[in-house]
Amino acid sequence: MDGSHASGSKVAAADGPGTQRTQYPYVTGTSIIALKYKDGVIMASDTGASYGSTLRYKSVERIKAVGKHSLIGASGEYSDFQEILRYLDELTLSDHMWDDGNSLGPKEIHSYLTRVMYNRRNKFDPLWNSLVLGGVKKGPKGEEKYLGMVNMIGTHFEENHIATGFGNHLAIPILRAEWREDMTFEEAVKLVEKCLLVLLYRDRSSINKFQIAKITTEGATIYPPYSLKTYWGFSAFENPSQGAVGSW
Amino acid sequence: MSRRGDWVYENNGGTCVAIAGADYCVVAADTRLSVGYNILTRDHSKICELADKCVLASSGFQGDIKALHKNLAARELLYQHQHNKRMSCPAMAQLLSNTLYYKRFFPYYAFNVLGGLDSEGKGCVFTYDAVGSYERTGYSTQGTGSSLIMPVLDNQLKSPSPLLLPAKDAVTPLSESEAVDLVKDVFASATERDIYTGDKLEIVVINKAGMKREYIDLRKD
Repeated sequence: MDGSHASGSKVAAADGPGTQRTQYPYVTGTSIIALKYKDGVIMASDTGASYGSTLRYKSVERIKAVGKHSLIGASGEYSDFQEILRYLDELTLSDHMWDDGNSLGPKEIHSYLTRVMYNRRNKFDPLWNSLVLGGVKKGPKGEEKYLGMVNMIGTHFEENHIATGFGNHLAIPILRAEWREDMTFEEAVKLVEKCLLVLLYRDRSSINKFQIAKITTEGATIYPPYSLKTYWGFSAFENPSQGAVGSW
Repeated sequence: MSRRGDWVYENNGGTCVAIAGADYCVVAADTRLSVGYNILTRDHSKICELADKCVLASSGFQGDIKALHKNLAARELLYQHQHNKRMSCPAMAQLLSNTLYYKRFFPYYAFNVLGGLDSEGKGCVFTYDAVGSYERTGYSTQGTGSSLIMPVLDNQLKSPSPLLLPAKDAVTPLSESEAVDLVKDVFASATERDIYTGDKLEIVVINKAGMKREYIDLRKD
């Protein structure tokens, strides 16, 4: 989630009887990490959703396939993500019903989501998410990989690597130093796992259960959840009260 | 106490400059997109080509800027359909002012500089505030680095007083390449001291022959 819009900031405003406009998020997902690699785009997140400081849900899928060519990942309010998935269902359904041999690519879906987020912000009724949109589609220059992000007020951009929420602070420096053009899938997974591990150690709302998803010309694959090995064997952690003065 | 409007805007930073010459116009902006102390991306254009002789550069809240650019581009297309010609720069200047004032009570957080050639082929620059007040000048700058750049432009381009009679032209007598060099210099200086300005500079030059685009590297820190 954006650092400047901390969860719990009260921005509710009643606008006449029975109506409410702005909200603050309740059940939130933490960072999403994504990067382009040789065959397409890889996206990863943990499977947790927090309720304030409680790690309430531990098996939540925050990355979903959209259409034939894209993946969407969301951090922020989980119910707003579910609403966005319903909007995307409608979109992809009417796209399919045209039956014209064309299908919406990641660039189009990113553009659509940007408009949705911006318009909701204009009505002071935002979808409290940071969305990551990645995919591959054939364009004029061959198979074109696409990766972009849009936040809750409509700020959007395209990049070779994206991270939302805490990932912006902890993962982006790693990605900027180590990302290269045309990484293999294995190299990309290693890089993503490096970022996920840092987030696991340092982001209090992350959990040790991750999902990696990839999108290539063959389609979307969301892998089953798995855990990373963590290391806690530092000498300072053994016998923590050893040098303490007093009864504790 | 959090107010309702606290979260609706953010400043994504950056600086824009435009300089008008006798038969050319230079419009330039950096390509850094920031939020707070973070850089979101180093490669995001703030410049929009609205017509064949009219270019808009905007700095401020990127969501509003993109919406504003889209809005104006759509209106320009409509104008083309209705009038069978492209919009002139002074016409677009008025349209931009009206568009900004339309949202006077929930403004586009966009600080704009419009540059191009007027109907006589002379360079023109229009500078705006967030709610549409504008004037035609010989040069201008907006954005986070504007207070660093404007005094330098004032010193180097010495615009004649608008009170003089007969009215003296505000456009600079500098050649096109001298103006482009000046733009590169001021951006290099602004990059040193403004944290939101840097990464890359995009320069668009409009003259009789058309539009040319150039990219220069700036400091990434």
